[in-house]
Amino acid sequence: MALYAALLYYAEDGGWMGREHLAEHSGFLADPAAAEVVRGWQALCPAGTATTITVGGGLGGDVMITDGPYAEAKEVLGGFYLLEAADLDEAIRFVARIPTAWRGKVEVRPVLPANPARSRP
Amino acid sequence: MIPEERLAETVRVEGSWVVATLTRTLGSLDLAEDAVQEAAVAALRSWPLTGVPDDPRAWLAVTARRKAYDVLRREAARPGKESAASRELPGVAADPAEEVAGMAEPDSVVRDDMLRLVFTCCHPALSLEARVALALRTLARLEVPAIARAFLVPEATMAKRLVRARQKIAAARIPYRVPSDAELPERLPAVLAVVHLIATEAHAPTGGEDVARAGLEVEAVRLARLLAELMPGEPEVWSLLSLLLFTAARRPARTGDDGEPVLLADQDRSRWDQGKITEASALLAEAVRRSGGKAGPYQLQAHLSACHSTARSWADTDWDRIIGLYDLLLCLSANPAVALNRAVAVGERDGPAAMLTVLDSLPPLPRSHLWHAARADALQRLGRLEEASHELLGAVDLAPTGPERRLLARRLAGLLPPSGHGQ
Repeated sequence: MALYAALLYYAEDGGWMGREHLAEHSGFLADPAAAEVVRGWQALCPAGTATTITVGGGLGGDVMITDGPYAEAKEVLGGFYLLEAADLDEAIRFVARIPTAWRGKVEVRPVLPANPARSRP
Repeated sequence: MIPEERLAETVRVEGSWVVATLTRTLGSLDLAEDAVQEAAVAALRSWPLTGVPDDPRAWLAVTARRKAYDVLRREAARPGKESAASRELPGVAADPAEEVAGMAEPDSVVRDDMLRLVFTCCHPALSLEARVALALRTLARLEVPAIARAFLVPEATMAKRLVRARQKIAAARIPYRVPSDAELPERLPAVLAVVHLIATEAHAPTGGEDVARAGLEVEAVRLARLLAELMPGEPEVWSLLSLLLFTAARRPARTGDDGEPVLLADQDRSRWDQGKITEASALLAEAVRRSGGKAGPYQLQAHLSACHSTARSWADTDWDRIIGLYDLLLCLSANPAVALNRAVAVGERDGPAAMLTVLDSLPPLPRSHLWHAARADALQRLGRLEEASHELLGAVDLAPTGPERRLLARRLAGLLPPSGHGQ
């Protein structure tokens, strides 16, 4: 057996948040066939909530923080870490230590809360 | 100022402090903003009848807090909704005076709340344009239509930009806290850039018909003063305020009687505001004292502005010093506008041929109307009028505002002899 990441792309930012489409995913996950294969999943908040981090030079270098997702046609997605942090600053401090931050860029996007009604900041 | 304006001013200034504290106690910028907005409307309705209360900030705070709790209670009461309001809400005292006393916070806490608000609204994870919008809405408490007008975008666009910025703060959990001393060096520039951009848009609008926007300039200076009050130990904050005041001092001379812009070289220096220049000079001295000899970008720009502000005339300007300061600025960052201004200064010191050489050596990408206008100036002084008029034509095409276009067109007309060709 091997592990695969299925990365979900959409034409429209936040287009996946529609009730109907989320129900489709629930249906997909409820299928016993999915239970055999799916090891974990998360929906992300819209790309408008993304922050991109890059570190100059190497570990401990200048941390560059920019608003928005990383959308460069030439670079490719190489993997992901699922992080738990108290807030964005704490997440950024950790992300700045991920080696990709100086070899490429790391986009940080909040995971969509299970119950969005609870998510008032 | 007429009484209604003074009233609105009080509500605006005090309102920002109330937003700052409520955001901390409620844990939500959105909720605090909406509540203070409602409290401000209530204040503008009742204060003209009752008179301004002794402590307008406390009045706004109590009213806003009540409005926010109403919202949270309504949310909590909605069936099937697990809500932030399910936590314990403090009781509302029957006597508002008692409530005011209960809410009184030490000055240092209130000051830290404002710092939290400043650093959250100007967090580097927000785009510069979102930070600018938030600073003007949340810190300066301008209404959305006024901010939209200042940046020449439709009201709906500006409203959407603000909603998105607040959504990002909430969803990405941009924290509401004062950065530690260790973080400050990388967080402060994001804040200063916001105020500087507001001042730049006021001084040199990126479009429209105004030579300068006095109202926006007032807001920028006010924000810079707030930062200096909150962070008196930071030399770059003093430098930024100094720079803004040097620039503001020249505003009366920047527009001619015909409403058209007047270049620095041609300005009537007796119309400069000497009071502002004196204050700016004192602030710059303070910045130098606090910086311990390590000048940041705003200090260098303030020194440049000081150099112009204290020269008796354009010809009397200390161009050696100006060029030296531009060189230092360029060491900090390769900014095309700085490089262009340096070329102009070289022209004053070493003549038009040297200026032309410097201009032509600049990277080709950022060739703005100012680059073409500067090149036209060098060519004109070298007697190469035909090439100069060609450059001016290019400059007219690229100029972003009506007044600048007309200024360049007048220079072009002055360049061509009245009888036309054959001379």
